[in-house]
Amino acid sequence: MGSAVITAVLTISVIALAAGLVLAFVSRRLPAATDAAVDRVNELLPQTQCAQCGFPGCRPYAEAIVNDGADINLCPPGGDATVQRLARLLGREAQPVAVASGSPAALAKIDESLCIGCTHCREVCPVDAIVGAQQLMHTVIASECTGCELCVERCPVDCIFMSEAA
Amino acid sequence: MTAATFDLGQLHGGLRLPDNKQSSTAMAVQTVPVPAQLVIPITQHAGDPAHPIVGIGERVLKGQLIAESDGYISAPVHASSSGKIVAIEPWPVSRRLGDKAPCVIIECDGEDRAIELSEPLQPYDAMPPEVLFQRILHGGIVGLGGAVFPTAQKLMHAASTPLELLILNGVECEPYISCDDMLMREYADEMLKGAQILMHALGVDRCFIAVESDKPDAISKISEAGLNLHDDRIVLKQIPTIYPSGAEDQLVQLVSNREVPSEGLPTDVGCVVQNVGTAAAVARWIDQGEPLISRITTVTGDGVMAPMNVNARIGTTVGDIVNFVGGYSENARHLIIGGPMTGKSVSTDDVPLVKATNCILVLSNAEPKGETKPCIRCGECAAVCPIQLLPQQLYWYTCADDERQLRNYGLTDCIECGCCDLVCPSHIPLTADFRMAKARMREMEDERARAERARQRFEARNERLDKELQERAAELAEQKRSVLEAGSKAIQDILARTGAFEKRDDDNKKDDKG
Repeated sequence: MGSAVITAVLTISVIALAAGLVLAFVSRRLPAATDAAVDRVNELLPQTQCAQCGFPGCRPYAEAIVNDGADINLCPPGGDATVQRLARLLGREAQPVAVASGSPAALAKIDESLCIGCTHCREVCPVDAIVGAQQLMHTVIASECTGCELCVERCPVDCIFMSEAA
Repeated sequence: MTAATFDLGQLHGGLRLPDNKQSSTAMAVQTVPVPAQLVIPITQHAGDPAHPIVGIGERVLKGQLIAESDGYISAPVHASSSGKIVAIEPWPVSRRLGDKAPCVIIECDGEDRAIELSEPLQPYDAMPPEVLFQRILHGGIVGLGGAVFPTAQKLMHAASTPLELLILNGVECEPYISCDDMLMREYADEMLKGAQILMHALGVDRCFIAVESDKPDAISKISEAGLNLHDDRIVLKQIPTIYPSGAEDQLVQLVSNREVPSEGLPTDVGCVVQNVGTAAAVARWIDQGEPLISRITTVTGDGVMAPMNVNARIGTTVGDIVNFVGGYSENARHLIIGGPMTGKSVSTDDVPLVKATNCILVLSNAEPKGETKPCIRCGECAAVCPIQLLPQQLYWYTCADDERQLRNYGLTDCIECGCCDLVCPSHIPLTADFRMAKARMREMEDERARAERARQRFEARNERLDKELQERAAELAEQKRSVLEAGSKAIQDILARTGAFEKRDDDNKKDDKG
């Protein structure tokens, strides 16, 4: 009787240990599936790279949503449509967007007569849509501007303004 | 030319519509005199806008280039008569998007003097196809069936594919419109000449002229002209009168029994389709040197005094044309540019006649369509759809805004013919819904392309910044290393040198003492 119990306990323990080892091995060797999930979330984001969500761009926000469970309603340019798509993809509940966005499809413009050529705006542009050299006038590549407004705050002479997208 | 044949493919669905064409075909085509003012839109074709090359105050002659083609798919625009340019400004026009477009406004001097041709006329068969394409491009010729795609570019694309068949589209299946019918009756010679030029340019040796069997006058005139021409490459095909058999892909299916693939072109099945009016315009330009500055258009409906077909200069306002045919009748209520199925209603008759205008339709109060009720899924719409789509299903998904399913169910293949609208017992405006859904889909696609580009640029920038950071770090590490290495050696050197100095100093002192 006693030996039967010991055999049973031992057998189960051995099986559990083997399974545990296999799982540990697999989880180390196979790449995490989070990358694919991040890609899919990132695809739904509007790619304005405006950082209004509090993360330094769309992909970092996607990573935060997938890995750290960040709220899905932090993207003002994406609006409610994006929140709903994210909710559908992730099986979470849709909530209204945390901050309402002003103008969704706007375009940054530089008043070139005021520009002092400090290159500050060029440095913050997340998509390299501003060209210009030190001490020389800068300009926005209209077709590449996502309207994130990051350059507007950064300009020391307030010569950047948002205009309606063409 | 051989006799008419009926060995044709089948068209799914379609409708037999009351044609309402008798009133406008009773009289020969009348020519509208040159008006006091011409309003010529700079862009009258599909593709990139043309670029105006004249200034205000400049005098222009008939046939003079006023806007040149700009871009890969584009067509130039010519002055329709001689006169002085008084303005270049936005003017109401009839088009799908927006109400106004930039127009060149010419105050005509009434002399109608033509400009001398920059290139001398040559017989078409003396020109190689490339030269012919360029000539056709310079003539400002666009597809006159309604889509106004620049003809030269269409031919150039077609010539780059294996081609077997040129089809001249004389199928005017939409009710009320009869301008192609009248063109075939009165300009059959010109049209056949155009067919020969197009065949030469494309290098094909078969041409079908497709005409509906309910146009006996046009058929007899073409046969007559064909007898004089002795060109047995050209065959006249009679096709059944079913709307929308004149749509490009449907016509290819009917005439050649080949189905144009989804999102494909007739060239994918070895065919190219040109409107009969386009062929005549090509002949007039290549043979007589007159660019596309006038067209035949149907003025009809129970809202005009005398319905008829007129030959008018491009840029003549619709108001002038209606006045020419005797003005509006008392019960005129709706002005539609184009036919009743695919036309667009406009709010002013200041809009000019453009290359695309095949019909000016003035109607009295339209019959009330009835209240829109929920879909009962009867399937009538699917039975009449010439593309064999399932409009009831598409309607479902347009309501749900489900883009993926709309794509799966082939919304992008919808030709917006309006058949499903007409048969729907619940009076659901299906075509309008589909048009909106298509526009939304295009918008989403643009948006996605833009987002994808922004994503790539963002990632490329991050990569670059990372690389810069690493390079900087490596540089600093290298500096530190070299300073450390060089530093210890330098100190030793200094020490060695100072040691030597100290020694020398000591020696000197000794000397001084000594």
